[in-house]
Amino acid sequence: MADVELKKVSKSFQNLKVVHDIDLDIAEGEFVVLVGPSGCGKSTTLRMVAGLDRPSGGEIHIGGKLVNNVQARDRDIAMVFQSYALYPQMTVAQNMAFGLRIRKVPDGEVTQRIARVADILDLSELLQRKPHQLSGGQRQRVAMGRAMVRQPKVFLFDEPLSNLDAKLRVKMRAEIKKLHQMVATTTVYVTHDQVEAMTLADRVVVMNKGRIEQIGPPNDLYHEPASRFVAGFIGSPGMNFFKCRLEARGDRLAVVLGDGTALAVPAARTARYAGHVGRELEFGLRPEHITEQRERPDVVDIKAPVEVVEPMGMETLLHVLIAGAEATARIDPASTPKPGEVATLSLGMAHMHLLDPDSGRVI
Amino acid sequence: MGPNRTYLLIAPAMLVIGIFMVLPLFLAVAYSFMTANPYGGVTAPETFDAYLQFLYQRDFDDSLVFSPSYALIILRSIYLAIATTLICLVLGLPVAWYIVCQTPERRRVLLFAVTLPFWINTLIRTYCWILILRDEGLANGALRHAGIISNPLPLLYNDGSILLGLVYTFLPFMVLPIYSTLERIDPRLIEAAHDLYASRAAVFRRIVWPLARPGALAGATLVFAPALGSFLAPDLLGGGKKLLIGSLIQMQFTSSRNWPFGAALSTVVTVVVLTVFVIRSRKAQEERR
Repeated sequence: MADVELKKVSKSFQNLKVVHDIDLDIAEGEFVVLVGPSGCGKSTTLRMVAGLDRPSGGEIHIGGKLVNNVQARDRDIAMVFQSYALYPQMTVAQNMAFGLRIRKVPDGEVTQRIARVADILDLSELLQRKPHQLSGGQRQRVAMGRAMVRQPKVFLFDEPLSNLDAKLRVKMRAEIKKLHQMVATTTVYVTHDQVEAMTLADRVVVMNKGRIEQIGPPNDLYHEPASRFVAGFIGSPGMNFFKCRLEARGDRLAVVLGDGTALAVPAARTARYAGHVGRELEFGLRPEHITEQRERPDVVDIKAPVEVVEPMGMETLLHVLIAGAEATARIDPASTPKPGEVATLSLGMAHMHLLDPDSGRVI
Repeated sequence: MGPNRTYLLIAPAMLVIGIFMVLPLFLAVAYSFMTANPYGGVTAPETFDAYLQFLYQRDFDDSLVFSPSYALIILRSIYLAIATTLICLVLGLPVAWYIVCQTPERRRVLLFAVTLPFWINTLIRTYCWILILRDEGLANGALRHAGIISNPLPLLYNDGSILLGLVYTFLPFMVLPIYSTLERIDPRLIEAAHDLYASRAAVFRRIVWPLARPGALAGATLVFAPALGSFLAPDLLGGGKKLLIGSLIQMQFTSSRNWPFGAALSTVVTVVVLTVFVIRSRKAQEERR
């Protein structure tokens, strides 16, 4: 096991810079997820850690050792590929043994390690099969098994679940988490799926356009996003945003929406926002904080026309218009507004966010 | 369209195959069991004489005498065809791999270069080798000019020059199928191997070669079959001194006027090639399992 450290790492392909001076410290045994939309540089970053791409600038340290000039095969890391990259001509057992054979690990130990990992991953019955005789989920497990038998310093996962169907993905997600709890090897995991990132990570690294937007534990990112990008990317359905103006009303502040609706800002936030009075800002509120009428502190009730009703069972999603802007609300399935009606909704202002529309940063 | 009428759709194809493949093959086999007409063509009666001729010669008193000369020609032809195939494989695999590793634009240019010889008549291309290899040719001239030799090397009219001609003619048939197999390999397979501690040599031996094998087998058959029956390179570059099956067959239908023997030789070539095909496809099936 080892820690991984990225110092001002950048990567350019010809004249196109895809990763911009990334700094990232990953502690020994930590599970870090790089998440972001496609083309954000997350996979390139992972490939640089793996040694498959060379950084154009900066330093990568694994276990305290500078590895910029160390080849992939000498880094002692194990990568699991999105396409699994299993060798079609080899059986499951041969695939899993491949790395060990090249390292000339004694036969007895190879068999022993494969047996143990196969047992953990429920592959024991499949060892003599060829990859084309396996289902997607089984192939994925073999790919993980091939990485696990090597007992590497660091595990690297490149979107390992994206080729699986939704149900299997949820199952394998839990399996990966369970495995990491059993053998806490340092893990860097790349995905475009924010749910995967939230559920798996000790810390999530949100990337956008080759830069790190925010690093933090899943709940911190959810509740205290640093930027509009993170606020919109983490959470499903995404956060609602409204154009607004911050005004002073007596000794309190109010968010004034486009149609003049004034929403009282909780007193606790007065000091934080005081410097922005009079500015055109963006007001953000997650769907679960727009609910049917509820008595809570710092709640503001508004009337909103309902456009679409989506019952989900445990909750109902409402697509409504607030101050002319489309918004999503999560309401109790027991309350049943109909499309075309005007519903009275409660806004939980204690969870509000104000964003600077120019910089995209959360105030 | 009814099930009966669908036959009409494949009828043209069946007709073409029937006229240009099955019928000539049938004729060749049939002729091989006839008696030679001294003025060309064949006559009755039916006989096995043509096949006996492989190993025996009919003496003046009509008794059969063992004579290995034709058998040796067949064996040498097979030996040269196998050698050609192996050399093409050794040269073709790295070439195909090199092309696969290039950018798409460069690949197109290189593939075009590989197929370029097809645009020039084989006869002319083979004659060019005579110009290069003969005593006053380019190769000897260059060596003499460089002061390496004083007397011309005997580059032409031996097994080596025949082999050179065969390899030159059939190399593209090896490169192209291997290329098309290698092109389909997921580059992640190579990366994963590097990740799994493999050196470049190990990647080639354990990953690239096993995956390239179906293409190499296809290429091997594409090279072996025509190399076995080829007569241009042996005739021109071998100087006709050492006969190969191809030239021998050609002779039977022209100067020797022994059509049944020529047909029998052709049948043997066909059987050898078909045997190789069958063994190959059996093996391929086993590997797929």
